[in-house]
Amino acid sequence: MEQVSLWHRLDMVARGLAPLAITFLLMLATVLPTRAPDIAPVMPALVLTAVYYWAIFRPDLLPLWLAFVLGVLHDLLTGAPLGLGAAVLLTAYFAVATQRRFFAHATFAMLWVGFVLVAAMALTVEWVFGSLLQLRLIDPLETLLRYAATIAAYPCLAWLFGRAQQAFLR
Amino acid sequence: MKQRPGTVVRLATPLKAWAQRFAVFLLIGATFFLMLLGKVDTVVVERARIAVLDAVAPILNVASRPVASINQAFDEAQQLASLRAQNLALQEEVRRLAGWYQEAQRLSDENRSLRGLLNLVPDPQYRTIGARVVGDQGGTYVRSVLVAAGSRDGIRKNQAALTGAGLAGRVVEVGWRAGRILLITDINSRIPVMVGQARDRAVLAGNNSEHPELLYLAPGTSISPGDRVVTSGHGGIFPAGLPVGIVVAVSDQGVRVRPFADWSHMEFLQLVDYELPHLLQPLTNGAAVVNP
Repeated sequence: MEQVSLWHRLDMVARGLAPLAITFLLMLATVLPTRAPDIAPVMPALVLTAVYYWAIFRPDLLPLWLAFVLGVLHDLLTGAPLGLGAAVLLTAYFAVATQRRFFAHATFAMLWVGFVLVAAMALTVEWVFGSLLQLRLIDPLETLLRYAATIAAYPCLAWLFGRAQQAFLR
Repeated sequence: MKQRPGTVVRLATPLKAWAQRFAVFLLIGATFFLMLLGKVDTVVVERARIAVLDAVAPILNVASRPVASINQAFDEAQQLASLRAQNLALQEEVRRLAGWYQEAQRLSDENRSLRGLLNLVPDPQYRTIGARVVGDQGGTYVRSVLVAAGSRDGIRKNQAALTGAGLAGRVVEVGWRAGRILLITDINSRIPVMVGQARDRAVLAGNNSEHPELLYLAPGTSISPGDRVVTSGHGGIFPAGLPVGIVVAVSDQGVRVRPFADWSHMEFLQLVDYELPHLLQPLTNGAAVVNP
């Protein structure tokens, strides 16, 4: 009996790690060399999308402090100014956390609209702090394009996360 | 690990809620602290970056290979379509370059004899280290690539990174098995260069766009589109004469340079292991020091 419950518990822990693992893998995917310099600056913000999704559906498995750690790791990995990724992910997470009542019964379309707003806030924060930390005004056009790409990629990513949630966490 | 309802839970629940509320402010504070730390202390931050780099390098090294294969397949498919036109263009170029080859031979011989006449100190030799590009960060805020070679392969900080065509960047972080190359298009990149036939000195500064600009040009220098830009070797970090790019636009806003490096086919980089023995080691008795 003891044996079974141990395996069961290990299994639960492993499944519980799924949101974090998926988010981490997406972060690695963003630094893989695509050798497409025209597309690279407008790559959708994959980690932001993942954090938004899990902050709504499984905040117990991806708590605020993990979002913060992911942000710092992202900065260290990509060489971006330190603290920038953390600021972006905290903004998104905080925005979701304060409107939990709205998100609790939201349909897919409402979630998408919510993401349009949250991503706008998060990327604005990124642009403001990015400009401040680099001590110069960064061309907002690229951030706008990335915003558009991120929003456009949301349904596809959300579907993937939904499948993962069904596979691992139900 | 059974949960016992009782005084513990009753006490813990408000405590937990309070901790959660406090955590938000704590993390916001930590974010600002990190931003300041990133601006002020570079050593700690650099060590942390290197640690993360070394940790994920094996994963990226494996994951980048299928991506490279897919890219290659796309490239080949594209090239098949334009094979005939490309062949004609290449034949034309071979004819043109054959003439240049003769000219280069003549100039090289002449250069050698003139250097002999002047008793000029020969340029220091350098060797190159090949490294696979495993990570690419072409974002709005940073332009850098990760290579799967580190201090164990002889990579050191500030080495120049070359593609086949020209200078790509400079080594900024070195781990044991991975390194980060800051591209010349990054906003923090500054490379001392020489421009055109007059060899005017300037600094090539990245701006996170495809076209870095030339700064600190002496007044009165005449630069026109088409001028070649090469490294000047000032500062003793890079060898002189590495090809960098070509001037594409001269305007009131500044001089824009198109790098020779082909960002879309950057699968391997050559890292230039270069040091100035005569600057770093004092001469003894006027005789040249032979590097061991």
